[in-house]
Amino acid sequence: MKMAGLNLSDDDLWRDSLDGIRDVLPITLGVVPFAGVFGALAIEQGLSLGELALASMTIYAGASQYAMLDLMGQGVPAWSIVLAVFAINFRHLLYSASLGRRLAAFSTGQKVVAFFMLVDPLFASAETRAFKRGLRPAYYFAYGTVLYATWTISNFIGALFGSLIEDPASFGLDFILPLYFTGLVIGFHRRPNFLPVLLVSVAASLAVWFTIGSPWHISLGGLAGLLAAALLSKPGEEVDHG
Amino acid sequence: MDDLTLLFIACAAVTYATRCGGHLILSRFGTIHHRVSAALDAVPTAVMAALVAPSLVTHGPAEVLAIIVSGLIALRAPLMFSVAVSTAVLVGLRAFI
Repeated sequence: MKMAGLNLSDDDLWRDSLDGIRDVLPITLGVVPFAGVFGALAIEQGLSLGELALASMTIYAGASQYAMLDLMGQGVPAWSIVLAVFAINFRHLLYSASLGRRLAAFSTGQKVVAFFMLVDPLFASAETRAFKRGLRPAYYFAYGTVLYATWTISNFIGALFGSLIEDPASFGLDFILPLYFTGLVIGFHRRPNFLPVLLVSVAASLAVWFTIGSPWHISLGGLAGLLAAALLSKPGEEVDHG
Repeated sequence: MDDLTLLFIACAAVTYATRCGGHLILSRFGTIHHRVSAALDAVPTAVMAALVAPSLVTHGPAEVLAIIVSGLIALRAPLMFSVAVSTAVLVGLRAFI
């Protein structure tokens, strides 16, 4: 099979797909309760199963959907709900700017779908993959499809059996997402100025979180880290491919 | 279409705009200054760290220790191993703290 100048055998495709599935598995354990609780809350808010499906399968951005549900319950005007969703999802602008540079092996149609699926763990895993073995569509779509299916199916399970959900805290499932993200962040420790970027982002995020409040800590904390990286950058300094 | 359907479609539209917008804006520029390139290379570290940071202060000592364990293991071992061990540590610590 020929793809963007790379000759890939079926073995490579198979290997890429399996690697994508292997990398996504730990986070599906965290996504199940996160998505399940969203489904249960949506039904509690008076959404029908069809409305839940429309919201979850087209927006596909968990944190912003939680905020959307919350604001719907407060009866605020629709435009301010859309603005809140945009504010929480602003970080994806940065994801797509960075990841766009790694999609040389993707066709235009594949890019259109790839950006639709671009959630936090997929972004970080795709960046990691790009520097280890090169990012090819089979890896990206295997990872992304498993995550999308897990999110959607868990929404429905939560919606149908919400009252039966066991306390996720008893298995540590409520905290898998932060632990997974921590591992992903540390995985970038060979990039230039990793430690100053990390410390500036964490400090700025906490400062914003305590003052202005959520969700601005994500975008502003992240932008502070980018500013640090830009200021510390020297010409000709390339990312360490390690 | 009712109001709720319109709201969901609007939310989906702004979300998709953020997910392809960064690439569309960046691809309009031919050459990228090294400082912009360095900032983009820092996106995964900076944004993911900013995302996780409040977890350090919204929970208890068990969660903070689990985050440290996850980070330390991820320096050397695969991600899956780091998540498995730190989750086990968290469940253990919660039982004792």
